[in-house]
Amino acid sequence: MTRWLPYPLVALLLLGLWLLLTGSMSPGAFLLGGVLAVAGSGILVALLMPRARLRRLTTVPGLLRDIVVEVVRSNNAVAWIILQPGHAANRRSGFVRVPLDMHSPHGLAALACILTATPGTIWVEYDSSDGSMLLHVLDLIDDEAWVRIVKDRWERRLMEIFE
Amino acid sequence: MNNAVDLPLWAAVPVALLLVFGAGLTLIGSIGLVTLRSFYARVHAPTLGTTLGIGSVLAASMLYFSVVQSRWVLHEILIGVFMVITTPVTLMLLARASLYRDRQEGSSEVPPLPPPVPKEED
Repeated sequence: MTRWLPYPLVALLLLGLWLLLTGSMSPGAFLLGGVLAVAGSGILVALLMPRARLRRLTTVPGLLRDIVVEVVRSNNAVAWIILQPGHAANRRSGFVRVPLDMHSPHGLAALACILTATPGTIWVEYDSSDGSMLLHVLDLIDDEAWVRIVKDRWERRLMEIFE
Repeated sequence: MNNAVDLPLWAAVPVALLLVFGAGLTLIGSIGLVTLRSFYARVHAPTLGTTLGIGSVLAASMLYFSVVQSRWVLHEILIGVFMVITTPVTLMLLARASLYRDRQEGSSEVPPLPPPVPKEED
């Protein structure tokens, strides 16, 4: 089992991806998708991908909902910033260094995707020696507030899932 | 093959609204890419197009083809998933390349490299 399916979750996702891509649930699609899933997760073994241990999956739906809400809200905010060039003079964009407690590479990758996919914030750099992350914020009012937003809104829940 | 005439009004209205909304957001993002001042501010603008902009266009596409072909057409979800996974990589690479160059030039606009933490030997 572990020899043929070293990453069962990844294999399942690959199979789902294939079925969605072909848009059919026929036995042929299942067979081809299954072969691709086994081959794809086999390649990950050669890449020595660190294993993710997922726990507390009950936090995932709430997290996804908050991501959608946050993406819509910040799309709106950034669109207004762009459409009001007069405000550019009062606005300050800048860097914030956020100390992170999370060490799981999967959790950090998820956090980077969330922060970068949200308009107005970009993950710039991660320093693994002291576990701090450099964030660039388009509309920076309060440095401390952003540290709290990253830690309370995202990092705490990602740590529940990945660590 | 053009099936646009077969589209009932109840589907045509949301499809059109979603398309205009998504295209509008992407346009605003592109305007921001031109008008914002610094490089780091400009990197934020295209995210409008790659999140809610592309999301609305994909939702419109799913609705249109699902109604016209009378079955669920959902493979647009994959486009969304791949966009969400891949755009941060591009943006991060651009931002880090720019940060590296600014630090090399000794720019005061960017934070300096944090001092290296001495490794504890034990």
